[in-house]
Amino acid sequence: MDMNPIISVAGLSKVYGNGHRALHDITLNIHSGEVLALLGPNGAGKTTLISIICGIVNPSEGSVTVSGYDIEQDYRITRAMIGLVPQELTLPSFDTVWHTVCFSRGLFGKEPDPTYLEQLLRDLSLWDKKDSAIRTLSGGMKRRVLIAKALSHQPLVLFLDEPTAGVDVELRKGMWNLVAGLKKLGVTIILTTHYIEEAEAIADRVGVIHKSELLVIDDQQALKHKLGKRQMTIELEQPIASVPHSLSGWSLELSGEGRQLVYTYDSHSEHTGISGLLDAVNSTGLLLKDVSTSQSSLEDIFISLVGTE
Amino acid sequence: MINTQAAKTIYKYEMLRAWNTIMQSFVSPIISTVLYFVVFGSAIGSRIETVEGVSYGAFIVPGLVMLALLTQSVANASFGIYFPRFTGTIYEVLSAPISFVEILLGYVGAAATKSFIIGMIILATSGFFVELNITHPFWMLGFLILTCISFSLLGFIIGLWADNFEKLQLIPMLVITPLVFLGGSFYTIDMLPPVWQTVSLFNPVVYLVSGFRWSFYEVADVGVGISLLMVLLFTAICLAIIWWIFKTGYRLKQ
Repeated sequence: MDMNPIISVAGLSKVYGNGHRALHDITLNIHSGEVLALLGPNGAGKTTLISIICGIVNPSEGSVTVSGYDIEQDYRITRAMIGLVPQELTLPSFDTVWHTVCFSRGLFGKEPDPTYLEQLLRDLSLWDKKDSAIRTLSGGMKRRVLIAKALSHQPLVLFLDEPTAGVDVELRKGMWNLVAGLKKLGVTIILTTHYIEEAEAIADRVGVIHKSELLVIDDQQALKHKLGKRQMTIELEQPIASVPHSLSGWSLELSGEGRQLVYTYDSHSEHTGISGLLDAVNSTGLLLKDVSTSQSSLEDIFISLVGTE
Repeated sequence: MINTQAAKTIYKYEMLRAWNTIMQSFVSPIISTVLYFVVFGSAIGSRIETVEGVSYGAFIVPGLVMLALLTQSVANASFGIYFPRFTGTIYEVLSAPISFVEILLGYVGAAATKSFIIGMIILATSGFFVELNITHPFWMLGFLILTCISFSLLGFIIGLWADNFEKLQLIPMLVITPLVFLGGSFYTIDMLPPVWQTVSLFNPVVYLVSGFRWSFYEVADVGVGISLLMVLLFTAICLAIIWWIFKTGYRLKQ
């Protein structure tokens, strides 16, 4: 389908030394310039997947290429293209912001570029903290320092592992804006999250990982299309005890203490059956108070895939 | 192709860390060496006339330098790589486009440089206590540098292997210190009973101290060629272990 994915994962599996199977036969392509959200409960394998692509964990089976280069054979090329923001706030607490960002850039083999790094810190609202020791910064600032480190060598692909875990609403919105800004610059972004509304807000595509397996990966709209459902709720003036016989052809559910008839349908099929249903309801003599329709959210789909555990 | 920029970055970072903690890095090993001089060189040494024609105070100088060099190399290199593992910041080094060669050049290079500086300072300090006579200065520098590198490599292995701070201290305390004290730092091997002379030959530190002392006074327990060979062999073994660690990802990527 995708002729030139920037990252291509094929048959990737990982079993840790203690026997724990973290990933099982993952195959996926990541398109250049997209924002991909990997959703999944804690322990699903999201971080392991990221760690393998970045070179922090060795895979047990399978292969990964970045821009066509193998992550094991051509690791110098692939890793230079990738920036990683880890989940934990792992920072050298005694270093200053400026020092650690310069270190990151050098570590990735890039010549010093104070102008770029200054702009980067300004964009992340860290410039006035550049000489502060990292241990004196707030959690939100530390998170941004991690992002600055990951972007210090101007990567084409940015991995954000749970970027908004434990982050307040305002900072979360700030993070989303940042992702949108990077996307405009052409950076491919892969983020893991267990906040579904986050995936819904910023991702082009969503993948769901559960118990080491990739259950589904697709465009948000396509996911809702394929796995979601639409419902029409007819509110009645008076409650009824059961669904009238004349409406049995529509498999309606009675809810709201007998005041609501809920009709589930496929909005993409030729005949949704809505007008016929409304006519039939009218002919039963029931008085309608209101009619509304709704579409499954990503959350509904997610719960239907991984359960509510 | 080696990523020199990355190796330089790690090296400079580690050297800066030493500079920022200059008291721990340079002053404390010097103070402890001065104490050794006072106790062994002056107090006890005044009762011992000469060892193989060399005054006892001067005789122990090479051993004292080696003692500081070995403990400092192991401590610097093990801490340098253990600390980022402990705090988690190692993720950045592992995800960087570099191989273990750059990592070694950076971390082990810096640890060896620090030990070398300490060794030179101690040597200079000892000049205040005894008259120093370095017969073969190039051999002396050669042994100094090789020792710094080989024991920094050993420290690096310990720092990769340790998974808590206790283990990080364990090897230096249980292995390095006894090896150094039993390695002829303060005596010649032939002062020992014959059985212990044989046992001593299994101690790599004997070869280091012997070769190093020879470069000063041409007094040695074993031939200088054998000393050099043993140090090179020890370095090669350490390098092979580190190569294996990075190849398999042992304690790093598993």
